[in-house]
Amino acid sequence: MSIKLYDIAHSRAGDKGNTLTLSLIPYDPADYPLLRDRVTAEVVQTHLQTIVTGPVTRYELPNLPALHFVCQQALTGGVTTSLTMDTHGKSLSYALLELYIDA
Amino acid sequence: MKQRIRIGCAAGFSGDRLEPALLLTQHGQLDYLVLECLAERTIALAQKRKRHDPTQGYDPLLERRLEGLLPLLLANNVRLITNMGAANPLAAAEKIAAIARRLGLSVTIAVLTGDDVFDQLSGDETALETGQPLCASGPLLSANAYLGTDAILPALATDAQIIITGRVADPSLFVAPLVYAFGWPLTDWDRLGQATVVGHLMECAGQLTGGYFADPIRKDIPDMAHLGHPFVDVTADGMAVFGKVAGTGGKLSLATAKEQLLYEVMDPGQYITPDVVTDFTQVRLLETGPDQISATGGRGNSRPDTLKVSVGYDGGFIGEGEISYAGSNALGRAELAGSIIQERLQDQFSDLRIDYIGSTSVHRTNFNQPPAPYEIRLRVAGRATTAQQAALVGEEVEALYTNGPAGGGGARKYVHEVVGIVSTLLDRSQINPQITLIDA
Repeated sequence: MSIKLYDIAHSRAGDKGNTLTLSLIPYDPADYPLLRDRVTAEVVQTHLQTIVTGPVTRYELPNLPALHFVCQQALTGGVTTSLTMDTHGKSLSYALLELYIDA
Repeated sequence: MKQRIRIGCAAGFSGDRLEPALLLTQHGQLDYLVLECLAERTIALAQKRKRHDPTQGYDPLLERRLEGLLPLLLANNVRLITNMGAANPLAAAEKIAAIARRLGLSVTIAVLTGDDVFDQLSGDETALETGQPLCASGPLLSANAYLGTDAILPALATDAQIIITGRVADPSLFVAPLVYAFGWPLTDWDRLGQATVVGHLMECAGQLTGGYFADPIRKDIPDMAHLGHPFVDVTADGMAVFGKVAGTGGKLSLATAKEQLLYEVMDPGQYITPDVVTDFTQVRLLETGPDQISATGGRGNSRPDTLKVSVGYDGGFIGEGEISYAGSNALGRAELAGSIIQERLQDQFSDLRIDYIGSTSVHRTNFNQPPAPYEIRLRVAGRATTAQQAALVGEEVEALYTNGPAGGGGARKYVHEVVGIVSTLLDRSQINPQITLIDA
């Protein structure tokens, strides 16, 4: 069975220069092991390949629980000089949530 | 010593709503109110205004915010800590003093300066983002170091009811009053780490209380038109309980707090501020009541020897043009228009971007979902060194009216001045924070 991240988790995007940060927080903490196993840095790198050109690093926060992704070279130069409309990449939390994983 | 300090935060960016500050000050039983109004680029833009007029360069909403707020702060004995000084904290303080005199109020304002290190930089320092000298990015406009709690503390030790700063690390606006109130040593890294967690959760104001969170049905937030901004109660042991004024809109839940805890964090194990390197990984959030969350477990390690300096540079201009297509084959006609513009402008713009609003403009992809939108807005952006050249983009898009595909409507054109930001590191010893008192 394939499920969409949007259906089991929420996310907020943040920016630092040309780096995009994406939290991934399960609505139900019981889904955290599934997210940890399926939503690896590599999976996110592939999913966001048209957006993120640098490396993706994943951090695990089992206490919350949540995953946190730091994506480099993701904001076409950064908030101040980018030609894109969403220069902060604020909308990209919902790009992550478009990912389908096997459950 | 007070057993408990309550700090409210009623602005998370320069353009934030005005009334949460009034509500929090009147009904929040606060000790301190923080207004965080200074994003990375805001200060460089403020520096430009200061160059045109030496009495300007502070937050453009300062007067509007303080006009109504100042009497309430004084009546309720709430101290204000704000970075609305931006590029010109002294001028901001003079403006506040003038407002006080006009209202017949007596007030002391403490001004923190010393973050402006423009004259101390040669331009040869390495930019962290590019690895190149700062000056290679463009003509430099401003350089502001992120000051921390140690710089704010002397202001708190005065009688000032208003503490106004330029660039300081956002969490330090909260860490400083806690350190001042509880006498925590500036080397008690775990306390400072926990205080930084508090500051980080608070600094975006409404983003903790249901702002920037809602998604109908799945993530409902009540009464967002009257979103309440947060306050936090902190005790001497560092325990923090977050809440909001009863009767305001919004929601404070585990989910809203989790999103904010990780917001804009790079490595959650090493969140660097001038005060401490904070470890967020052991933070525990608990729902302790309706619209009430506690946070414990923030830890820290010793502060960095250098301070981050945010450097603004002149990035030229961006020109934009937009036009809409709707109905059958809207995307096809918009793409034809885009290809026409591409062909006409590509030789004059090394950096040209064509977006299809309604399809791929924001995520830069639609993950292969069927692109059959009823309407599409073509948007073109190009970078230029002069405003005149930047204007070409909009002019070309507008010319699609009579020269482009069928049914284009609603053309608009814009030219923006670009201020870019890079950063570098400066040794603490090169930075000299100062406090000036201004009375009204």
